Amino acid sequence: MTFTSRSALPGFHLALGYTLVYLSLIVLIPLAGVFFKATELGLAEIWAILRSERVLSALTLSFGTALIAAALNAVFGTLVAWVFVRYDFPGKRLFDAMIDLPFALPTAVAGIALTALYAGNGWVGQWLEPLGIKIAFTQVGIIIALLFIGLPFVVRTVEPVLRDMEKELEEAAALLGASRWQTIRLVLLPSLLPSLLTGFALAFARGVGEYGSVIFIAGNLPYVSEIAPLLIVIRLEEFDYTGATVVAAAMLVIAFVMLFVINGLQAWSNRHKVRNQSLALPVQGAKQ
Amino acid sequence: MSTTLSVKANHSAVTESAGMRQLLIAGALLFLLLFLLLPLISVFFEALRNGIGTYAEALTEPDALAAVKLTLIAAGISVPLNLVFGVAAAWAVAKFEFRGKTLLITLIDLPFSVSPVVAGLIYILMFGASGWAAGLIADTNIQIIFALPGIVLATIFVTFPFVARELIPLMQEQGTDDEQAALSLGANGWQTFWHVTLPNVRWGLLYGVLLCNARAMGEFGAVSVVSGHIRGETNTMPLHVEILYNEYNFAAAFAMASVLASLALLTLGLKSLLETRHGEALSQSHKH
Repeated sequence: MTFTSRSALPGFHLALGYTLVYLSLIVLIPLAGVFFKATELGLAEIWAILRSERVLSALTLSFGTALIAAALNAVFGTLVAWVFVRYDFPGKRLFDAMIDLPFALPTAVAGIALTALYAGNGWVGQWLEPLGIKIAFTQVGIIIALLFIGLPFVVRTVEPVLRDMEKELEEAAALLGASRWQTIRLVLLPSLLPSLLTGFALAFARGVGEYGSVIFIAGNLPYVSEIAPLLIVIRLEEFDYTGATVVAAAMLVIAFVMLFVINGLQAWSNRHKVRNQSLALPVQGAKQ
Repeated sequence: MSTTLSVKANHSAVTESAGMRQLLIAGALLFLLLFLLLPLISVFFEALRNGIGTYAEALTEPDALAAVKLTLIAAGISVPLNLVFGVAAAWAVAKFEFRGKTLLITLIDLPFSVSPVVAGLIYILMFGASGWAAGLIADTNIQIIFALPGIVLATIFVTFPFVARELIPLMQEQGTDDEQAALSLGANGWQTFWHVTLPNVRWGLLYGVLLCNARAMGEFGAVSVVSGHIRGETNTMPLHVEILYNEYNFAAAFAMASVLASLALLTLGLKSLLETRHGEALSQSHKH
């Protein structure tokens, strides 16, 4: 970082200095401690902990359920965004405000509410149990919790792109003889793809590390429904700090990779937006 | 003119048939009902299931009041600290050019990618019994883990980016013209900041603080790891919910949960109000 300010405003060094010190003290140095602690162990030892069946199944479970939930959210989130942007219906404003509920509702509250709802005697669960479908205290329950947590990420990244999309592009496609389905598949979806993938990645990244909403509904059986963050908590309660650290380090590496991917996707998404706008211009011109 | 005519004639090619539209709306609303609305309603339903007397009792017993108090104190310390940080970071990032800026923005967002449990763990590794920074506080009487400072640290970590990520794009959109005008008219740096910059970003600031506060009061995973769950002493409201729930005291757990859910609803309401009333004073991504 070179400290050159090309602006006439004062306070650059004070503001940047404070930012860097605070960032280092609260975030960077404590996070580095995890890797610092992990390097005290040999590679062989780290590998042995990671390869133990319980750790491996916890990481696989967190990863797998987050992936499934993010994929489902990509589908339903896009549907919700589409309906909000394109159609009018009663209660739209209220529902629109509700989309952000998972951002505002504490995860523990979401966890016990979803459990009450999807347990065998719950409002929804009682209709599913006679059909042989069990949700609470199974892996499906984890996916339900992650669906709740991840939904706004997809809706809020897809919605603005959908809103800015030039209707003219669809009209042009229709004029050129495309059916509605062809227009959706060949015109709309390719333009939506970058933001859709960004929303998917954000929901996935959040899902992998999610704890509060999951532990109530998951059942928490080792090897079956025990997520990686819960395993960290259990290791800590056993005072096995080494075991906790290795699992945490693995999760941090996953998180850093996801952050990198998301940044790349967002950059792609922004480039895409600019290209779409320049594409749409000649069509607008032709209309005048 | 011909464009409009043929598009009307070929209406089904640019929008869906009425039946399809209703099907999509119904699908989206059913999804939102099952995963957002019903969980929210069930919180209040379960809380009041045993009558208003039990409800009031659950909220006024000493441990519950202690949890409310601790939550207010923890948020009362964390939110202002992150507010000051957010303003400093936004001032440096938005008003000046320097190398490494993109990296800095990524690092500020980093806490959002870290699992809450890992966020708690990093401070245990630092200040816990054999922590690598425990020597710093060994000679003092200060206890960090299983005490208020640890809870505050964990809360600061998980709410770290909220204010900064709200202010940075807003201040970037506003540029530096107003500040430069003030400076050229003879105002000093602080005067410019207090009388020009701050009023320009006040609604965005409030928006960020609102979301930051909601998360601070509702944080579960990170705080749960560092708190030690000492009843009446280190239990925040979400942790109190968990303890009551695990004791099968569902009515009391949901009573406390309903207070947190009301807080979430209040947050959402104020957020929508800000978006409609002061949308033009928020950053681009929140304009509707």
